[in-house]
Amino acid sequence: MSALPVAGPDAPELARLGEFARRIRVEVIRAVNHARAGHIGGPLSAADILAVLYFHVLRVRPEEPTWPDRDRFILSKGHSSIALYAAMALRGYFPVEELLTFDAAHSRLQGHPDMTRLPGLDMSTGSLGMGLSAGMGIALGARLTGRDCRAYVMLGDGECQEGEVWEAAMAAERYGLDNLIAIVDHNRLQQYGWPGDGPDGRTPPQVPGELAAKWSAFGWRVLEVDGHDIAAVCRVLEEACRSDGRPVIVIAATVKGKGVSFMEGHYFWHTRAIKPEEFEAAMAELGEPPPEAGTEAAPPVAGAPR
Amino acid sequence: MTLPMGRPMREIFGETVAELATADPRIVMLDGDLGSSTKADIFEKAHPDKYLQMGIAEQNMLGVAAGLATMGLIPFISTFVSFAIVRPLDQVRVLIAQTGLNVKITAGYAGLFTGQTGMSHIIVDDLSITRTMPGMVVVAPADDTEAREVLRWAAAYEGPCYVRLVRDATQRLFGDDYRFEFGKAVVVRTGSEVTLFSTGSQTPRVADAADLLAAEGIDVHLVHVPTIKPLDVDAIVAGAGRTGRVITVEEHSILGGLGGTVAETLSEHRPTRVDRIGLRDVYPESGPNDALLDIYGLSAARVAEQVRAILRT
Repeated sequence: MSALPVAGPDAPELARLGEFARRIRVEVIRAVNHARAGHIGGPLSAADILAVLYFHVLRVRPEEPTWPDRDRFILSKGHSSIALYAAMALRGYFPVEELLTFDAAHSRLQGHPDMTRLPGLDMSTGSLGMGLSAGMGIALGARLTGRDCRAYVMLGDGECQEGEVWEAAMAAERYGLDNLIAIVDHNRLQQYGWPGDGPDGRTPPQVPGELAAKWSAFGWRVLEVDGHDIAAVCRVLEEACRSDGRPVIVIAATVKGKGVSFMEGHYFWHTRAIKPEEFEAAMAELGEPPPEAGTEAAPPVAGAPR
Repeated sequence: MTLPMGRPMREIFGETVAELATADPRIVMLDGDLGSSTKADIFEKAHPDKYLQMGIAEQNMLGVAAGLATMGLIPFISTFVSFAIVRPLDQVRVLIAQTGLNVKITAGYAGLFTGQTGMSHIIVDDLSITRTMPGMVVVAPADDTEAREVLRWAAAYEGPCYVRLVRDATQRLFGDDYRFEFGKAVVVRTGSEVTLFSTGSQTPRVADAADLLAAEGIDVHLVHVPTIKPLDVDAIVAGAGRTGRVITVEEHSILGGLGGTVAETLSEHRPTRVDRIGLRDVYPESGPNDALLDIYGLSAARVAEQVRAILRT
């Protein structure tokens, strides 16, 4: 590990990234409200990290999504897809208005990411535990083909219960893939979880320190960060790019539902429909003006999916 | 007359993929720690830098293959059917079939010849599983000659494919001039009394069975179906039309494999009675190859015996 401190973003850059994170959250709430249901807590906990990735870290060309030398990003916790779609739309991959097609029939914005429909997605995900393996293949492929690009993979902390994650952890270390950077959105809640004394009366999927010890035992370089401190996330990802022959895991401490006070830290906001008064309150907290008359989502329809 | 023995398909696998990789630098081999069994070790000796040991972690291996394919590489998989299809089925489904990525699931130890391993390793529903998977194509070569041809085809084919390879030496059906044509069935023998459809390394044994039956005056029409998906519908319909009596034979479950696809196809296109010879909803036991062929009714003599019995009904 380098001894030199990383520079980190300056104040204008921090403000720009903060605004993108806010807008990702606004678009998440708007799209989920419009779809009448969907995952909320996980997308909100990932919003700051996605803002830093898509507006500060990833070397990508939205106008040329298949650019061979681009950095790749895989959202292994595919159920947070709406946050990824919001980041991609704001970055210019497709119009922001298209976010309201999320989860609708014929949409490119499927409930879980489908790379065959939406240019810019580097892998289809949704069945938990798979993204790190694909990311390892990309990192290994980059080495074999001599491309100077990195594979970033975002995992959920609950997802780290999947055995395949640890298969990938074992194999990536054997190849010393330091162009593979995984980020755990460690929001300490999963869909329902075990009863216990953690947030909202549930036991966290991984207890504090456990994730760091596990990844460290697998030979990975472990970095930890507050996943909502944008300057710190910038610095840790810059540090992660300082190759030392080991794959990198960034354990980002986050809060499920971050940014909307009444959604924070509650497992039941994992996926759920938003009531009209909750929608208005959430938008107000996120600094968005109330929607104009006639643009509110229609009331839920009986028998609608989810 | 009994068909001669050919070479084990696993040797053909190691050699042929090594040859292909010499010509195409995009080809890599992913091994689930079975290279000395699948003969991926032949590839490793030729291309140590393209041989990628993935350890005993097959779910990850299939996922890595998908990632490599997005980088323009052509991964071939080295493991057994049980660990290439059945164990990592969700990875095959989500990361390979649903994405259409260019991964070659070239699985060894198909069917009964698994080196006396028993039912944990003997997979006889792989054709049923893979042929019902949108985006996947499925090929089961008959012998060493066809296996070499199929591997060459697979390297050139753009997209995911499942190639079913046999561990041990099997009988040779085709001459060196044989050319595999993807999606096409092959008439092995023309006859007028009953049409037999067969696939994979069962076909040479059925050809021998046809000889036994011919000696008794039963005139068999035999069609080899190497491509299970997409099925050569025209050849199935034409083959059925030739005799009006159809029997399928496969070293596989009679549920959902060749027998299933032929029955489905004929019920739509040319309603015909279809009898199916194969494993009858059982988990096979371990034993020497010849003993297993006898137990499960797949030796030439046992196939002939069953065809005789079916024709009497």
